[in-house]
Amino acid sequence: MSDTLIVAELADGKLKKTTHSAITFAKQAGQPFSILVIGAGAKAAAADVTGFGAKSVLVADDASLANYVAERFAPTVVEVARAGGYGVVVSTASSFGKDLMPRVAAALDAGYANDISGVAVDGGKLVYKRPMFAGNAYGHCTVSTAIQIVSVRQSEFTAAEPSGGASEIKDVAVAAAGPGADRVEFIKFDQVKSARPALGEAKVIVAGGRALKERFNEVLEPLADALGAGVGASRAACDAGYAPSDYQVGQTGKIVAPALYFAIGISGAIQHLAGMKGSKVIVAVNKDGDAPIFQVADYGLVADLFGVVPELTSAIAAAKS
Amino acid sequence: MKILVPLKRVADPDNANKIKIPAGGATIDTTGLEWKPNPFDEYALEAALRLTENGATPKTRGGEVIVVTFGPKECETTLRAALATGADRAIRVDAKDDELDGSIVAKALRAIVDKEKPDAVVMGKQAVDGDSNQIGQMLAQHLGWPQATFAATIEEEDGALLVGREVDGGVITLRVKLPALVTVDLRIVAPTSVYSKQTKRDFKYNDGVRFAALPAIMAAKKKPLAELKLAELVSDTALKVQYSRFEAPPSRKAGIKVKDVAELVTRLKNEAKVI
Ligand SMILES: Cc1cc2nc3c(=O)[nH]c(=O)nc-3n(C[C@H](O)[C@H](O)[C@H](O)COP(=O)(O)OP(=O)(O)OC[C@H]3O[C@@H](n4cnc5c(N)ncnc54)[C@H](O)[C@@H]3O)c2cc1C
Ligand SMILES: Nc1ncnc2c1ncn2[C@@H]1O[C@H](COP(=O)(O)O)[C@@H](O)[C@H]1O
Repeated sequence: MSDTLIVAELADGKLKKTTHSAITFAKQAGQPFSILVIGAGAKAAAADVTGFGAKSVLVADDASLANYVAERFAPTVVEVARAGGYGVVVSTASSFGKDLMPRVAAALDAGYANDISGVAVDGGKLVYKRPMFAGNAYGHCTVSTAIQIVSVRQSEFTAAEPSGGASEIKDVAVAAAGPGADRVEFIKFDQVKSARPALGEAKVIVAGGRALKERFNEVLEPLADALGAGVGASRAACDAGYAPSDYQVGQTGKIVAPALYFAIGISGAIQHLAGMKGSKVIVAVNKDGDAPIFQVADYGLVADLFGVVPELTSAIAAAKS
Repeated sequence: MKILVPLKRVADPDNANKIKIPAGGATIDTTGLEWKPNPFDEYALEAALRLTENGATPKTRGGEVIVVTFGPKECETTLRAALATGADRAIRVDAKDDELDGSIVAKALRAIVDKEKPDAVVMGKQAVDGDSNQIGQMLAQHLGWPQATFAATIEEEDGALLVGREVDGGVITLRVKLPALVTVDLRIVAPTSVYSKQTKRDFKYNDGVRFAALPAIMAAKKKPLAELKLAELVSDTALKVQYSRFEAPPSRKAGIKVKDVAELVTRLKNEAKVI
């Protein structure tokens, strides 16, 4: 088997924590690996990944890569993958990885396994485990092309910790922009600014559903503050505009697996469960005792949320102090 | 505008609990499951219809919407339903589900685009059976087109689309010049998500997708539905991704119901030890 190439993810020129899940994958796949840090500011960010045991840290830094668009990033990933003779190219299945990696796969005429939750080595081959059907089945698959493209689920690949050493840093050429690049223009990124932990990294998540209505923030923020938690939401709460779309947890939103997940006024549709049933401890608050969320909750409280959440907030604050 | 919308029919996700995995796990048993259009594809069709009309006068169609599916004869039901909601014509590429993977469908779609020359391909961001999220991006690469994935808003401009993409941490706005590829996310069917050039910017759609009226269902039976063979579109039909085994997820047991907040907090602290 050949080496693995990790595509790191940057935001504002800084390394994103998603990258560490792809490093964990590479270690589990068992082959030597290198890390490609690509984007404007990559040179400075590269120092953050030299302590993870990579053979080399490859840097593609260029002003033309200031704002991510697949048409500009894919050609460099493709060139580096080809020139280095890598066997697997991997990124985390964030919105960045999901947008970029299939484009890379098509350019290399390679097979792509999206959003995998596990990897095993069997008879010298990598076997990928993938959740399908909203997490109602797992499929085990192999990719038969010389280069395999993979994206990994952040919640299933615990972030790698530095293992020491100092990988060499090498510059790589930024390839000419790909077809279509002259027809795409980055206009802006409206960022949801939040001091809270990102959902993918939060140890505790407080998530709310349609039931919260316009009082979503008023009710949930104090509880999240008391717990130092990230805030998530059901699709219905996002659709209605009670919460930003970026909060959505589920099959087609964020997939999370915190130590503690609060589902407040969320019914527990399969699409929501697909995004959070890997959580260690689940607490549900719902006034309908038959809501499906109770089938996965470790602790269920049948009550009106508007009454109990403030009470819960003070009780938790008291218990923690 | 001429728009191509690929549609897949999937096992009804709300019945996915009934998925059966026979002993040994060699296959997924889909017998008895209900089939439904992939929800993201229904949203893509709605977006394409909004882009080819003035929202205030939806009966007067502008441009053309072509729907295409890859699958066995039964998939024609999905295509007829799309024709009834407003698509102009349909193509079915005859194939068995297990003859297809993302690469093959993307290449075959490329061949269809080369022939039909649409101004845009608008499609779902993922099919909710395989949850693969790849064909749109692959197709864009094959075509050399710009891609705007996970779209929550689309606004038509002269020769371009202004697209709001839902990404981690917020919304990215891109302008893609036509021809371009868009994959849509859930909120593309919100009342103010899609505007053609003709639709006034203060117009509000009903939330969700439109439904076909009975006369339209009758009329759809007469709309053209062509059939193609997969081998006419792609020469390399070897699968790149092979599934060897399936398994059911570990089931999660229901826990207990607590009587009040005090009990909950005590248990979280002393039993689960998470606070
Ligand atoms: C293609 C597709 C993709 C999807 N992806 C996702 C996804 O990624 N994530 C997701 O979450 N959903 C997703 N969904 C939607 C999903 O099917 C559900 O519709 C959604 O999760 C419901 O959100 P909800 O639980 O907040 O709302 P509801 O189902 O309306 O539930 C509200 C709950 O609040 C309870 N309640 C009401 N008032 C109170 C009160 N005062 N106190 C306590 N409880 C109260 C009710 O008993 C009810 O159980 C998807 C659907 C489709 C078709
Ligand atoms: N068999 C199919 N027929 C038509 N379109 C398909 C088919 N499979 C996938 N697609 C399209 O590709 C999109 C993404 O699918 P996927 O990459 O498989 O998750 C879907 O939303 C459809 O628009």
